[in-house]
Formats: sequence, C-alpha cells, structure tokens
Amino acid sequence: MSASVSSKNRTLLTRLALFSLLMFGFGYALVPLYKVFCNITGLNAVNLTAAPVNSQVDTGRLVDIEFDSNVHDLPWKFRPLQSHISVHPGEVAQAEFEVVNTRGEPMTGQAIPSYGPREAGEYFKKITCFCFNKQTLAAGESRHMPVVFVVDPALPRDIGTITLSYTFFEVEGNKRAEAKAIPTGS
Amino acid sequence: METTAMGHAEVHDHGHGPTGLKRWLTTTNHKDIGSMYLWFSFAMFIVGGIMALLIRAELFEPGLQFLDPERYNQIVTLHGLIMVFGAIMPAFVGFANWMIPMQIGASDMAFGRLNNWSFWLLIPASLLLVTSLFVPGGAAGVGWTLYPPLSIQMGMGMDLAIFSVHILGISSILGSINIITTILNLRAPGMTMMKMPMFAWTWLITAFLIIAVMPVFAGAVTMLLTDRHFGTSFFSAAGGGDPVLFQHVFWFFGHPEVYIVILPGFGIISQVISAFSRKPLFGYASMVYATASIAVLSFFVWGHHMFTSGMPVTGQLFYMYATMLIAIPTGVKVFNWIATMWRGTLTFETPMLFALGFIFLFTMGGFSGLVLAMTAVDVQMHNTYYVVAHFHYTMVAGALFSAFAAVYYWLPKWTGHMYNEKLGKVHFWLTMAFFNMTFFVQHFLGLAGMPRRIPDYALQFADFNRISSIGAFGLGISQLLFLYIVVSCIKGGPKAAAKPWDGAEGLEWDVPSPAPYHTWEIQPQVK
Ligand code: HEM
Ligand SMILES: [Cu+2]
Repeated sequence: MSASVSSKNRTLLTRLALFSLLMFGFGYALVPLYKVFCNITGLNAVNLTAAPVNSQVDTGRLVDIEFDSNVHDLPWKFRPLQSHISVHPGEVAQAEFEVVNTRGEPMTGQAIPSYGPREAGEYFKKITCFCFNKQTLAAGESRHMPVVFVVDPALPRDIGTITLSYTFFEVEGNKRAEAKAIPTGS
Repeated sequence: METTAMGHAEVHDHGHGPTGLKRWLTTTNHKDIGSMYLWFSFAMFIVGGIMALLIRAELFEPGLQFLDPERYNQIVTLHGLIMVFGAIMPAFVGFANWMIPMQIGASDMAFGRLNNWSFWLLIPASLLLVTSLFVPGGAAGVGWTLYPPLSIQMGMGMDLAIFSVHILGISSILGSINIITTILNLRAPGMTMMKMPMFAWTWLITAFLIIAVMPVFAGAVTMLLTDRHFGTSFFSAAGGGDPVLFQHVFWFFGHPEVYIVILPGFGIISQVISAFSRKPLFGYASMVYATASIAVLSFFVWGHHMFTSGMPVTGQLFYMYATMLIAIPTGVKVFNWIATMWRGTLTFETPMLFALGFIFLFTMGGFSGLVLAMTAVDVQMHNTYYVVAHFHYTMVAGALFSAFAAVYYWLPKWTGHMYNEKLGKVHFWLTMAFFNMTFFVQHFLGLAGMPRRIPDYALQFADFNRISSIGAFGLGISQLLFLYIVVSCIKGGPKAAAKPWDGAEGLEWDVPSPAPYHTWEIQPQVK
C-alpha cells in the first residue's frame, strides 16, 4: 500500500472513529433531548389532558330540579338564584340561594329541606349544603349559599321533576333571647 | 472466460510468518480473518441453536418440564443476544472480509491489525455471555431488549451481559470502520462506486448504520450499568428516571439494527439471483438508492416497537405511517429481484434455492411486519408469538438464508472444490420445510393470544406448540448436514473452476479457485 493511500486511510479512520464517539455522546444527549422535546410539543401529556370521567352518569335522561324557598317566622329574605336546572342522574350539580337579614341585629337560622314528590328524597344526595349548618347573619348582611348534589341514577324513571324546597327557621335559643329583648327594646 | 487472470493456481502461501495457533492469533490476512469470523459465527449458531432447542423442548407441552421460569428467561435472552450479535452479524463480517477486497480489486482490508483485533474481541465477549449462565443468580433474564426496571434489578449476570455488549459493540464498530475505509479508498482503478457489486454496496451502507447506532446502544447499556452500581437515575424511577426512556434509546438503535442484520443479505441475494438467472441485476441504481433510503428511514420508525408503552395518538400515527413507508423501498427490491429472473435462463443450484426461499419467506416477514405496523392491530399482537413469527421470518428466512446462499455460492472459491450439490439441495429443502413448520404456526399462536417469553401456556395452545417444537428439532438437526457438506467440501471434491457459475459476475471470479493467500497485489484495471 502506497504512503499516500496509507495516510488517506488514517484520516478516514480518525474521522469515522470520531463520528462513533460523537454518536456515543448522542446516546447520552437523548436523555435531555427527550425531556425537552416532550415539554415543547406536549407529546408526553398523554394522561394529563383527560380529566377523570364519571362513568356513573346516566346521560340517557334529564331530570328537572325546581327550587323553592320559604321562611318561617323569621324576618329574612330568602330566594333561589335559579328557578330550576336540568341534570343527568349521576351528574354533580350545584345551585345557589341568597339570604338577606333585614333586621338591624345579628340573627341565626337553619334551613330544613323537603322534597316533592316525597319519594324522590332518598335519591337526592346532597354533597354540601348550607342547610348542614346554622347560619348566623349580621345586621343587614346578605349571603350567597351553595348546595352541591347528585341525583342517584337509581331514581325511578317516572319521576321527571323534583322540587327541592327549603324553609328557614330561627334557631330556638336565639328566639328566646330575642323574645326577652323585645320588651326592653320597645 | 474460464481462464483466470492469475494463470498459475499455484498455492501462493509464502513460507514466512508464524504457523499453528500463532498464525491465527496474529494473522492480518483478510481471508484468514474471514474464515475465523465464519467459524466463530457457526459455533455461535450451534450454541444459540442448542438454546433454541431447550426453549422448544420446554414448550413442547404445557406445564414446566426442563427449565424453571428464571432459567427459561435466561435462555431466551441469551438465545437472542447470541444469534443476533454472535451468529448473524459476525457471519456477514466474515463474508465481507473474504469477499469485499476480492470484489473491488484490493489486496487486503485497509487495516490488518485492527481487523485481527475486531475478530479476537468476539471471543471474550461470547465467553462473558455464555459463562454468565453459571454465576450466582444466573444470566440476564430480561430478554435481548434489556428493558429496565428488571435489568436494573438483575444479579451480576446482567453486568456480564452489559460488558459483553460493550465488547461486541467495539468489535463491530472497528470492523465497520475497516470496511468503509477499504471500500472508499482501496477500490481498483476504474472500479467506480456505481460499478461495485451489490454486496459491497449494501455492506458500505450497513457499516455506516453500525457506526451510527452501535455507540448509542453502548451508551444505553452504560447508563444501565451506572444506574445499577453508581447511583445515577437515567432509567430508575426511584431516583426520578424514566424506564420508557430506555425503550426509546434502545429502539433508536434497535430498528436500524434489524437492517444491519438484513442489508448485507440483500446484497448477497442480488448477486446470486443475477448469477443464476444469467442476467445482470435489474435496476442496479434503484437497488442502491432503495438500500440507502431504507437505511435513512430506519432512523425514524423505532416507535413501532413501543405502541403499547404509552404514546400520544400523534406519535402513533407518525410511527405507523413512517413504518409503512419503508415497505416501499423494500418492495422495490423484491420487484427488482423478480424482474431480474424474468426471462432469465434460470438454474436451481443450492445458492439459487436459498435465494428463492429468501425472497418468498422474507416477503412474508415483511407483510407480517406491515400488519404489526398498524397501531390498532399491534396493540393486540404486541408481545405475542405473532411478533416472534414475524422476526424469525425476517431474521432466519432472511438473514440466515442469505448467509447459506453466500456460503454455497462462494464455497468453491474458498476451497477450490465443488460441494456436494445433491446434499446441498437436501439441506435447502429440509431447512425450508422445517423452518415453516417451526415458525408458520407461531402466527396462529400469536393471533390466538399466546404471549412470548413464557415457559408455560394455556392448554388451547398445545397443538401448535407441539408442531413448532417438532419443526425446531428438525431444523436444528438439518444444520448438521450443512456442517458435513462444508467440511467435506474443504477436504475434497470435484475441482472447482475459477468461475464455477457461468452466470456469475465480479472480480472474485477472475482469481483462481481456491483463492490464493494473496490476491490482487497488483490491482486490476476495471474497464
Ligand atoms: C417491511 C419491513 C418491516 C416492518 C414493516 C416491520 C415491522 C415491525 C413491527 C411493527 C414490529 C413490532 C412488533 C411488536 O413488538 O409489537 C417489529 C418487530 C420486530 N422486527 Fe420487524 N419489520 C420489518 C422488517 C424487519 C426486518 C428486516 C427485521 C430483521 C431482519 C425485523 C426484525 C424485527 C424484530 C427482531 C422484531 C422484534 C423485536 C422484539 O420485540 O424483540 N423486522 N417489526
Ligand atoms: Cu423495528
């Protein structure tokens, strides 16, 4: 082999060996590249985009929920912020009510729910409700209060409408205090 | 035409140089090294084959018979590693050593000593693999794909496998650098690139693939090693690593690797088909471009091995279409082979039989590949015996058949004798029949849902497994006939002419048979 071919061979050998080394490094470079590539393109967000799906929802029918509100012997204004909503059984829904204390002093009351028709009650599952607690309102205070609920998919098919009715009662202890207060006040 | 350029077929073996074992240890002669590669490859073929028969014996009937599940997985892993890296790749490097210098009119490979090293590295590498069976905890039982997290948890057999892969990688990178340099720098005057035989062309492209992806594989196993022992967390989820990342890095190497295994075979088949059709290869230039585009595309399809690993739909679609795209240049090749035979004067000697068997069966392997490329289908078939059937149709009926074709085609040149044609044909038909018996039924097993890499299976798979196991033993035993044919051809037989195949083309047929120890010391002038 002539000297010139020999040195040509050697140059090529060096280049190819360097290329191999470079590719060894490229194997390592794939580690950060992989992360960067996924972050830029969002390609690895396979599981993040889809929120958990509630497979319990009966999308085959809608139930009308009507809201009603009353106060019993209490100087409060109490009304639902929507008159009715339609929900699929199994679906989580929320409704809001507004209550205003018209008196010039704090008062405490509690709401009691009732259902129409009556047998719908056991299928109406409240997750949170302002009726779970006593509500104390300062003088003239107004408040928005939620109820979050699910209608059980087992609800009999012939019930298409449920009326949810709340009545606010004044909590006993306070009433007595007020009763005492009235004679002195007037 | 029958007379040779180097009239005196005198064995040209100058008395100089060491003899005996020392000769083989220190030789820098491409023919010596080629022969060592081929014998090494055959030895590994037998070792890997015995492992395959162990697997098939265990699967002969349901239940656990011979191997406990850990051993079974170790054998499956070693079978895969040994066949791919120990048998098939070295076989093609052996052919390259023997034939490429002769085909392009060079006196030897560009770097003789490097060549010697490339070969001798294989010995410790294979010993590491085989002896890892006997270390505490046994060999790596993770499958040839070495997926973490299991490969991070395995015992020291895994470390031995990793070192073995390192050495095998260095060996094949050095071999490839040698082949590229030889082809690019040492061609005879007048031997332009587009006059080179297809075997040299496909090897040139393969060698570039090897130096591009073997280092990446070496990197991947090095990361495994440091995750195992040096507290890094590339793949170990416990330290914030990502096991799926390994799959990406592995298959970035792994898919080009399957083309490394098959491309030199494409070259051999192109030459054999043309020789026995007595026609020049149809569409030579398109063959070169098809090979090159297969090589380029092979870098963009690795995701088809990972459809079930978690991948967004965009990725699945990309890899599905890219994979199907590869079928186009592959189809061009099959078309060209068939067109080469069209109106040719065909004869069916053993090399031609293996070439035809190759075209027939490899095309089937390509089709089952296309089936697997469809994401929606692959989700069902991934890791079943359907995949096993697919890759044995491509690697055994593809790569191995082309290696058999090459041996029969060039054996007269190497030994100076004709092999026993009748026995050669028997070897082909036995191999053909038993190969299909072994692997065709595995398509059905896969479709019926039998997972791969398990030592036991549900009863409904029993019949097909029994057929497959019987076929496997037939296939294995038939290869002893091959050994017999080769050995008796070396020992004697009818004298081979310099050009024993009248349709063959290429410079290798211009030197006498057997090829003298030194050929083309004065480079020929190619018109
Ligand atoms: C048209 C050509 C080809 C196509 C479309 C193709 C497609 C595929 C696909 C989609 C898979 C993944 C299956 C799975 O794991 O679920 C696969 C696996 C495989 N293919 Fe191919 N392939 C082709 C050619 C080849 C060739 C030429 C070879 C080797 C010579 C090969 C060797 C393999 C191997 C070894 C595996 C299995 C790897 C493992 O999981 O262990 N394929 N092929
Ligand atoms: Cu692939």
